[in-house]
Amino acid sequence: MSFAWAKPYEPQTGFTKWIDEKLPLPRLVYNAVGAGYPVPRNLNYMWNFGVLAGFCLMIQIVTGVILAMHYAANTEVAFATTEHIMRNVNSGWLMRYAHANGASFFFIVIYLHIFRGLFYSSYKAPREMIWLLGVVIFLLMMATAFMGYVLPWGQMSFWGAKVITGLFGAIPLVGESLQVWLVGGFAPDNAALNRFFSLHFLLPFVIAGVVILHIWALHIPGSSNPTGIEVKQESDTVPFHPYYTAKDGFGLGIFLLAFTFMVFFLPNMLGHPDNYIEANPLSTPALIVPEWYFLPFYAILRAFTDDLTIPFTGIVLIQAKLLGVIAMFGSILLWFFLPWLDKSPVRSGHYRPMFKKFFWFGFIPCMIALFIAGGAPAEQPYVLLSQIATAYYFLHFLVILPIVSQIEVPKPLPYSITESVLGSDDAAPGKTASSGAKGADDIGSLQPAE
Amino acid sequence: MADANEANEGVRRRDFIHVAALSTAGVGAAASALPLVSQMAPSADVLAESTTDVDVSAIEAGQSIKTVFRKQPLFVKRLTPEEIAEANEVDVADLRDQESLTDRLGEGNEDILVTMGVCTHLGCVPLGAAEGENKGEYGGYFCPCHGSHYDTAGRIRKGPAPTNLVVPDFAFTSESVIRVG
Repeated sequence: MSFAWAKPYEPQTGFTKWIDEKLPLPRLVYNAVGAGYPVPRNLNYMWNFGVLAGFCLMIQIVTGVILAMHYAANTEVAFATTEHIMRNVNSGWLMRYAHANGASFFFIVIYLHIFRGLFYSSYKAPREMIWLLGVVIFLLMMATAFMGYVLPWGQMSFWGAKVITGLFGAIPLVGESLQVWLVGGFAPDNAALNRFFSLHFLLPFVIAGVVILHIWALHIPGSSNPTGIEVKQESDTVPFHPYYTAKDGFGLGIFLLAFTFMVFFLPNMLGHPDNYIEANPLSTPALIVPEWYFLPFYAILRAFTDDLTIPFTGIVLIQAKLLGVIAMFGSILLWFFLPWLDKSPVRSGHYRPMFKKFFWFGFIPCMIALFIAGGAPAEQPYVLLSQIATAYYFLHFLVILPIVSQIEVPKPLPYSITESVLGSDDAAPGKTASSGAKGADDIGSLQPAE
Repeated sequence: MADANEANEGVRRRDFIHVAALSTAGVGAAASALPLVSQMAPSADVLAESTTDVDVSAIEAGQSIKTVFRKQPLFVKRLTPEEIAEANEVDVADLRDQESLTDRLGEGNEDILVTMGVCTHLGCVPLGAAEGENKGEYGGYFCPCHGSHYDTAGRIRKGPAPTNLVVPDFAFTSESVIRVG
C-alpha cells in the first residue's frame, strides 16, 4: 500500500533478516513511518497534528496507568486519594497535572487536526474512511474525557456527571430508565464512579485500536497535502523518514515547550476551582460549566429554550430539552456526512475563494461565539449569541457548504505538487527536461500500488 | 448418490443442523448478554434506601428544608397564604405541565409542598429552598444551570425544563411526619 517508487525494506543483518521472516514488524514500521512511506513534499505545519495527537494519547495512557496505581474509585475516598496523589505520592502532582493538562492539549491538537481537515477538505474521496474513523476517535475521546473528569469526585465532577447523564433522560419513553441504568442508581454515586473508572481505563486502548485503523486507512491513498491535488510522480514525494520525522520532531519540541510550561507554571488554569471542593449532592455550584473543550457543544445544548410546537395549537412536538440534546449530538454526527455534503471537486481551501470566505468569516467566528456562550451563564445576551451561532453552525454544514460547492468557480490548480513547490516539474532534482513530460504517459504507475 | 438427491431437493439434512446449531448458539449468546446488561441497573442496597421520613412540625410558613430521598435532594416547604394564593391565581391551561396546586399537594394537605430538589431539565439542584437564595421570577425555585424558573407550587414557568419539579409519593404517617417513597 504505497507508491510504486516506495523504497522497499531490506533487512541488513542476520538478526533483522531472521525477525523479518518470523514477524515482519520492523518492515511494517519502515513502510508506515519510515523511509518506505513516500509523503507529499509540500506538507505544512498543519500536518504535524496527527503525530502530535498520537503523542498525546501516549502521554495520557502512561500518566493515566500510573495515576490508577494510587487512586481508588470509591465515593468515600476518591477525593482523598486524588489529594493523596497531589501531596504524598512521589511525583504524583506531576503525573496528575500532566494528565489533566494532557487532556486539554490532546483536545487542542485534535481540534487543530480537525480544522486542518475541514479547511483542506481532507475528508473527500478517496479519504472518507480516514475522516469517518477520525470522528469515531473524537467521540471516544469525548466520552473518555468526560468520565475522567468525574473521577476526582469534586463538585464539577459530580454535577458534570449529573447533567450529562441527565441528557439521556430526555429521550422519550425509555429515557428515565436508561438514565437510572447508566448511573446504577437515582443519582450519580458509587456505582457510577466505579463504572466510569473502569470505562475510563478501557476506552484509551479502544482509541488506540481505532487510531491504528485510522493510520491504516491513511496509508492506502497516502497523505493529503496543501494543494489538494494527488501525487502524480516520484518528485512529488519525499520519504517520511528522515524528512517528516524531522519536521514532526521540531513540532513536537514546540508542543512540549507549551505543554510543560502549562504543567509547571499554570497547572490549574484550564481547570475549574470548584473541583477542589468535594462532591456534594445537595449543593449545585453557582455556574456549572464543562471543561473548556466541551464548551461549543454545551452552548448548542443550551441554545434551545422553547419547545417545538405546532403553531397556534400549543401541541408540543419536541420538548426543548430533547431538542437541545438532539442538536448537540447532531452537531458532531453531522461530520459523518461531510464527505457527501461538500460536493466540490477541489479539495484545498486555498483554491476555493468562496468557501475560504465562509470558512474564515463564518465558520471560525461561529465556533468562537459558541465557545464564549458555552462558558457564560444562561442569561442574555449569551443565550441569543448561542442561538445565532448554533443556527449558523447547522446552516454552514447543511446549506452553505453544499450550495457553495455547486456554484463556486475554483482557482486554477497547479499541474503537480512539484510544480507548486518548485515552479515546474523539470526543476525537481534528478530530472531532465524530457523526463518531466514523461509523467503523463506513465499514468499506470502513478496509482498507489497495494 | 445421497449427495445427488440432496442437491436436487435444494435443502440438505445438514442445513437443519447448521440452522439449529447457530440458533442455539445465538439464543445462548443473547441469554448470556442479559446479566452483562442488568448488572448496571441499581443494586439491592441502592434500592433498599427507598423511603425517607420527614418531621414537618418545625417548618414555619415560608420556610423550606432540604433533605435526602434516594440520594437526591428533597425540598419540603410550608407555603405562606400569599404563595398559595399566587399559585391558585394561575390558569392551569396556560402551564407547560398542567397541574393545579391541589394536584401537587394531595388530599387533605393544605400547605406542605414536597418536591424533589432536582431540576427536571438536567438534574441540578434549584435555588430558593434556603433563605436568601434567588427564587426566580415566579417566587418559587430557580435553577442556575440553565435558567429554569419554577413558581410557588414548584411548576415550570420559564426556561428549558420540560416538567414541574417532581412530587414524589408521600403520605402523612402522623400529624407531623411524612413518609416519602
